[in-house]
Amino acid sequence: MNQATFSLATLAPAMPEIVLLALVSILLIADLFFKDHEKHLTYWLALVSLVGTAILTLATVGRPTVVTFHGMFVADPLSQMLKVATLLTVAATLVLGRSYLEIRNMLTGEFLCLALFGTLGMLVMISAHHFITLFLGLELMALSQYAMVALQRDSARATEAAMKYFVLGALSSGLLLYGMSMIYGGTGSLELTRVAHAIENGNARNTLALFGLVFVVAGIAFKLGAAPFHMWIPDVYHGAATPTTLIIGAAPKLAAFAFIMRLLATGLQGLSPDWQQMLVILAVASLAVGNIIAIAQANLKRMLAYSTISHMGFLLVGILAGNNNGYSSALFYVIAYAIMTLGSFGMILLLSRAGFEAENIDDFRGLNQKSKWYAFVMLVLMFSLSGLPPTVGFFAKLFVLQAALDAGYTWLVVIAVLLSVIGAFYYLRIVKVMYMDAPAGEITFERRADARWMLSATAVATLALGLFPARLMDLCVRAITASL
Amino acid sequence: MLQELPVLSMTIWVPIFFGITVLVVGDRNPAPARWIALVGSILGLLACVPLWTDFDRTAAMQFVEMRPWITHFSINYHLGVDGISMPFILLNSFMTVLVVIAHWEVVTDKVSQYLAAFLVMSGLINGVFASLDAIVFYVFFEAMLIPMFLIIGIWGGPNRVYAAVKFFLYTLLGSLLMLAAFIYLYHLTNGSFEIADFHKVAIGDTAQKLIFMAMFMSFAVKVPMWPVHTWLPDAHVEAPTGGSVILAAITLKIGGYGFLRFNLPITPDAAHYFDTFMITLSLIAVVYIGLVALIQSDMKKLIAYSSISHMGFVTLGLFVFTPDATGLRLGLPVAEGILGGILQMISHGFISAAMFLCVGVLYDRMHSREISDYGGVANRMPVFAAFFVFFAMANSGLPGTSGFVGEFFVILGTIKVSFWYALLAATTLIFGAAYTLWMVKRVIYGEVANDQVAQLQDVGKREIVFLTLLAVAVLAMGLYPKPLAEAINPTIQELVRHVAQSKL
Repeated sequence: MNQATFSLATLAPAMPEIVLLALVSILLIADLFFKDHEKHLTYWLALVSLVGTAILTLATVGRPTVVTFHGMFVADPLSQMLKVATLLTVAATLVLGRSYLEIRNMLTGEFLCLALFGTLGMLVMISAHHFITLFLGLELMALSQYAMVALQRDSARATEAAMKYFVLGALSSGLLLYGMSMIYGGTGSLELTRVAHAIENGNARNTLALFGLVFVVAGIAFKLGAAPFHMWIPDVYHGAATPTTLIIGAAPKLAAFAFIMRLLATGLQGLSPDWQQMLVILAVASLAVGNIIAIAQANLKRMLAYSTISHMGFLLVGILAGNNNGYSSALFYVIAYAIMTLGSFGMILLLSRAGFEAENIDDFRGLNQKSKWYAFVMLVLMFSLSGLPPTVGFFAKLFVLQAALDAGYTWLVVIAVLLSVIGAFYYLRIVKVMYMDAPAGEITFERRADARWMLSATAVATLALGLFPARLMDLCVRAITASL
Repeated sequence: MLQELPVLSMTIWVPIFFGITVLVVGDRNPAPARWIALVGSILGLLACVPLWTDFDRTAAMQFVEMRPWITHFSINYHLGVDGISMPFILLNSFMTVLVVIAHWEVVTDKVSQYLAAFLVMSGLINGVFASLDAIVFYVFFEAMLIPMFLIIGIWGGPNRVYAAVKFFLYTLLGSLLMLAAFIYLYHLTNGSFEIADFHKVAIGDTAQKLIFMAMFMSFAVKVPMWPVHTWLPDAHVEAPTGGSVILAAITLKIGGYGFLRFNLPITPDAAHYFDTFMITLSLIAVVYIGLVALIQSDMKKLIAYSSISHMGFVTLGLFVFTPDATGLRLGLPVAEGILGGILQMISHGFISAAMFLCVGVLYDRMHSREISDYGGVANRMPVFAAFFVFFAMANSGLPGTSGFVGEFFVILGTIKVSFWYALLAATTLIFGAAYTLWMVKRVIYGEVANDQVAQLQDVGKREIVFLTLLAVAVLAMGLYPKPLAEAINPTIQELVRHVAQSKL
């Protein structure tokens, strides 16, 4: 597998990353030469970079698994699928957030470059086959995102959020590194398959590796936002400008899923009985914290932040099943989650205008009287987040619960189900204010047609995937079985 | 020939298609929206006709449709009806037409959304009754909550939001536990969500009891059984007339249907084990809720409590088991009881719908549901009074009306098991008469109570149409229930045979 000599062919599997890097570099320089009235060119260039890279990645779909760069980098069906999803999610985020950013003079070259560098980090994470690559990708993503949150210099809330995000993020990175070093000590390797072999063959010092595992799982939980390591999520979601929140909230979850897959399912599958127990605790805590505390939120962004925590709990329920069935259902879940997140934050962006954030639940009052269609869009998204059929959110939950029950976690399924009834209440409240309350103030809509179409598309996708989930599920199953 | 057509799919998707069409036509032109909705609901009813005419009077599943849906989990879009489900689809499609007629001059706010919600719900409910795959069933079962939530919450009375949220969360809690049970059964059957496979699979004792309880939670809330009935009076009182009609006439029946389709055949041993429990809850509903109905001052609340009491009869009929002397096998469920339960559900569908529509007629004129605001209505609205008294008689179980048939069979079945159960159940004939007729006396008869009553106009042509349709249905079923009973009976015999065998 390890090539001793360098040849250009070894670069081919990393083509999407290389192309994206080249395009971002071009964008970085080109932006300097654009005059003020040409700044929209940067936006289009960024969009073209993302979509172009996505098409390039799509072209590689179907190729067999290749490990390259001396075992540091892998291109497999799972990574292809997640990369396409990530790139399209970030592209959709930019489309949805464009007006919001323009009005606030935030649609600058630096914002877009940071967004793209963050995306590059995600791609590297998704394709990592080595602890170092994993960490590299993670930090590239995280550092870009810290800066993006801090971009609103004059907003006290954003600065506070950035500070919190950075300090806690750095702490979690430290934990991860520490854990990785212990696993290295225990198994003698940083490459995932070698780590796996060492554990399987009994060549590892398991106590040390286990200690490492604890830190690694804590680090993952931090990045994912699973309770009890969730503290930063509400503040950062609330404090950051909404498009930034969307950039942090949607695509990175896909990358984080890949991160978990690589670490736990590929590298440390041998220790699965141990990490399963840890994930059970994280999952139950996340479901409880996310669903219960969300009830008390009046701010929609904070509410969605807690909703994220509970969804990460569900994601963990799928992963902790510890078999392909669970992994593919978790993959389905995370993709469904990305679509729903795009839609729900997209709705906030739709209603925001100059000097008005539309981030309180009350801002959605009487939306049905103003626009039946967008009220319906939000209704579909909210019911999907709460897991009601016929939306994709229902099948995501069904598949995950099915996997957990298959693995013998009947009680966990019952807890998850009961907590999601509590969760249904706060999603229901949004539907209630939209349909059953009189409008409180003026409601205006996003003017750009492309953003409106994109938003409608998320709702249509939520509904369509809820009626016909078979295709996506088959893709997920195939990606997981071919990659693990 | 008709067996070739996807009849069941048509009964589901025709109303939904028209619902969406109505929505697109929009609020700005309510007149065409109303006509499209009427055409859609009538077409939906016509689509059901073959279900009755071509129904083969055996226990077999008929009009079966099967298409793979989610192959990875072997979930199929599998539809079919037997004697238990067929009547409910007819009932539901019939009620949808009535609701559309009944709303005509009454609902003026967001007309197209109102009609669309009802049409979509009608299709979803047909889906619930026609599903033979547990996940398909669940999807329809849950999706139904969304339009109902909106109907109560948007067009309801002053306290509508509270009622809508309560309704939603209550039913959601129950149904999610049922989902967990389905997933568990999926593993027991080695990967099948077919309800027929659930019926066949052997299940251990504890597992059966837990599965029974999980499904019980879901259906007991729907029926609703005491003590999880508290959402119903709130939802009914606050819902618009059409909402109350569908809620009482159809969605409650889904609870009873669920017991028949899921609890009894999937967990027969647990059903037998819990029979005293079920009978006790049913009798409490019959007697206690009957007494509660007596003291209501709000007409809709009174009918809501009367519904709970009548539905107590249904669950009583479904869960009476004759003790088995040998002790080697399970007690036999009583076929009369089950038949009575089903007939009672259908009859209650007609009668409760009629009662709610009658109250709706009064409410449209006076905007009050308080009994004390009325008095002497007969003097001003003689035609209406005749209908109201007739339906009230049916509600109290007068022989010759459909209300009598179901109650009679249930008591007949119950007395086979225990005289005392039957005696307690029979008190409903007294309480039912008491609360219904007392209400009639206070509202319809006596002196004209006030100026508002004095100015009442009698029912118009449109109102006569739907009241007559219901009156004919109530009488027909009361005088000649034989064709209906013959359609249902083979399925019940099969069910009784199945439930009598232990699955341990």
